[in-house]
Amino acid sequence: MSMVSEERNPVQLGRYLRDNPVVPLIALLFFLIAVLEFMKPGMIIPLRGGRDGLVSIFWVGNLIKFAIPLAMLAACQVLTMLTAGIDLSAGVVATVSAFVCATLSPLIGIQLAMLIALGAGGMVGLVNGVGSGVVRVHPLIMTLGTGLIATGCLQVYQRFVISTGTEIPQMLVWLGTGRTLGLPNGLFLFVPFALVILWIMRFSGFGRLLFALGSNENAASLSGVRSWQVLVALYTLSGLIAALAGLLYLGMIRAPSLSLANPLLLPSVAAAVIGGTSIFGGRGSFAGAIVGALILRVIDTMLTLLQMPQGARILIFGLIILTVTGIYERIIRQG
Amino acid sequence: MLTDNTSQPLLDAANVTKSFGAVHALTNASLRVGVGEIVALMGANGAGKSTFVKILTGALHPDGGEVIIKGKAAHVGSPAEARASGLVPVYQEPSLVPDLSVFDNLRLTDTPVEAFIDFVEKLGIENLSLNAMISALPLATLRILDLARALASKPDVLLLDEMTAALPTDLVERVLSVVREAADAGCGVVYISHRFAEISAICDTATVLRDGKTVGELKIEPGVEDRVVELMLGAKIDLGQREVGKESRIRTVTPRLSVNGITAAPKLKDVSFDLYPGEVLGVVALEGQGQDELFEVLAGFEKPSDGSIEVDGEPVTFSHPADAIAKGLTLVPGDRADALMAERSVRENIALPFSASIRNWGPLRQRHEKSRVAHAIERLQIDTRAQGEVQRLSGGNQQKVTIGRWLAKGVETLLLFDPTRGIDVRTKRQIYPLVRELAEQGAAVLFYTSELEEVPLACDRAVVIFNGHVVDVIDASKADEQTLMRAAYGLSKTESAA
Repeated sequence: MSMVSEERNPVQLGRYLRDNPVVPLIALLFFLIAVLEFMKPGMIIPLRGGRDGLVSIFWVGNLIKFAIPLAMLAACQVLTMLTAGIDLSAGVVATVSAFVCATLSPLIGIQLAMLIALGAGGMVGLVNGVGSGVVRVHPLIMTLGTGLIATGCLQVYQRFVISTGTEIPQMLVWLGTGRTLGLPNGLFLFVPFALVILWIMRFSGFGRLLFALGSNENAASLSGVRSWQVLVALYTLSGLIAALAGLLYLGMIRAPSLSLANPLLLPSVAAAVIGGTSIFGGRGSFAGAIVGALILRVIDTMLTLLQMPQGARILIFGLIILTVTGIYERIIRQG
Repeated sequence: MLTDNTSQPLLDAANVTKSFGAVHALTNASLRVGVGEIVALMGANGAGKSTFVKILTGALHPDGGEVIIKGKAAHVGSPAEARASGLVPVYQEPSLVPDLSVFDNLRLTDTPVEAFIDFVEKLGIENLSLNAMISALPLATLRILDLARALASKPDVLLLDEMTAALPTDLVERVLSVVREAADAGCGVVYISHRFAEISAICDTATVLRDGKTVGELKIEPGVEDRVVELMLGAKIDLGQREVGKESRIRTVTPRLSVNGITAAPKLKDVSFDLYPGEVLGVVALEGQGQDELFEVLAGFEKPSDGSIEVDGEPVTFSHPADAIAKGLTLVPGDRADALMAERSVRENIALPFSASIRNWGPLRQRHEKSRVAHAIERLQIDTRAQGEVQRLSGGNQQKVTIGRWLAKGVETLLLFDPTRGIDVRTKRQIYPLVRELAEQGAAVLFYTSELEEVPLACDRAVVIFNGHVVDVIDASKADEQTLMRAAYGLSKTESAA
């Protein structure tokens, strides 16, 4: 858009920021990194610590590595939030997928195990889609419910496979922990993934409909869109993405548990919201969510550095999220 | 019983003005109701009637003028205060809380229960249990309960807004006689209705609004209808001339759309008509005569409870607007906000139907889309300076976008529901020739408008719907407004053109 030149006008600025939330978010990210460097000199710029290198590739790699599963789960939130929905089962689905893959691999082989893991995620997503699209249960309730059901099923399932042991596919370990030229191998999965999501949102008919449902469902319906079809496909896709993120996370953590990826759920919502996606639908950006995920990781590092007790960390985390979104909403309202 | 000039009026609203932004809804509205008097408040669509009612009942603040109830300036700030000042309204929609019993509803408004029961019985409802849940009672009963509750609170002025709409005939008669009785006992009544029969049965005078002004106060006497219609019409803005030589010529044997005995709750009853390709068929109706239901049924939003629809001679049933679109029936709804994605671009809004079916969920056909959208924008002359978000467009341009959506898709049968409501005259003048042109190119257009003067400009024939029924079919190109207005009020039959 040609509004860059008119930035001085606050209304135009607000509008510009709303259309391009990524720009100020990247600025915020760099600001936070600068604060981090200030708190612990040499952490990001090794030269200042007397070591070699302008920027610590290791640190940057680590930042990216842990932001990837978060950003993937944030994709679930961005896509569903576009239609004014949400996917609260994403964390559990990732966990289920990881656990199923790790426990089935020694029994039926890696490929089949991964396929079944993705299938399980898709199934949960399908149920979410039918519930919210056909039965019209609110997605918040629907996905919360399926998340709990999936957790219960996982605990039952665990009793059957308790003796088989686990195996983590080598490929996933390579993706999760390996590095190429200092950068995490997870990017080999994430970059194509992100491109597909961005393409869906901008250049596909399906993506158009996600925005349409969130902007004005009645207008969509009037134009011949059967919203249940869109929602079923959307939540199934979201389930598949969450399962994929779970597999990657399994390779990264290398220890399947019954709550492996659950703690990523709320940060994934936060990353989407910080990234400029509106929970009321019709507005959202995956690029913003990726930066949002990076910002959350930096903040997390910061709080660890400060050696805060867990309670204070969570508290500050919440405050930062509220502040960022508060500022953001303010800008939008001016626009 | 006429106003006793020596006593002071119960309700005296004088020189009331109200503007919404640049729109002057009321410029000089006045209404006087004396002791024991029943005054009909009349006005065509857009005359400012609803705004006036909202001001009288305290839902809106006037910009200027005063509402005086029983000699006291009523600084009406809320519906509750209006009630306390002595003016009690009864609307078309029941205002009882559905999840409470009758008794609990009475307690909410401190209504005396015995007086209430008296009135309920007088109004012809027997064996009403006070413990019955409101949600379990039929609609007609609820209207009666509303009226009984209002009467029981001993109002000084009773305001009845279309309260007899869709009441069965025997109940209407009871209502009228009870209202007359209340007036004889000294109550003042403002009576709003589209039905001349009821007005001449009980009203003493009629106050006529036009373009936000009170233009006349007439005594109700035989033959007053013509005078009222004349006053409601007045002089209008010039909307341009119908282009000569653009009459409909195409009359194939099979109608594009054939509607047979469609009935849909709550208001549409047994409506039939045919719409031919190449024809613009007007729908003439006062507000709330069933036209909303008709368009919802035809666009696939509602299923009719009875009757059938045929498209090109084949029976069809729609369970979703997508089904109707597949048969070529496309709707431009009355409220633009229903049709547009406010924060999305002009292009996305126009191109929305392209992605609707699963087949088109894949890559966008950018070039195809771009040229179709550009074509629609050009044909409608949409001002695209603010095309990034349709909410930044003017109302007229927004409306063009909702029409443009179907131009881009290709028009077969266009259902236009009041497409010129609330838009500027220039845009209106662009829309009539466009509609004619579409018909000339073979499209069938069903055109409901709340502005009667548009009917001869755009339509070939017009069906008149009153109280849910088709009461007349008029040759629209020759119909004058007076004829249309009389027909819309169900007054008299004209020669049928069908």
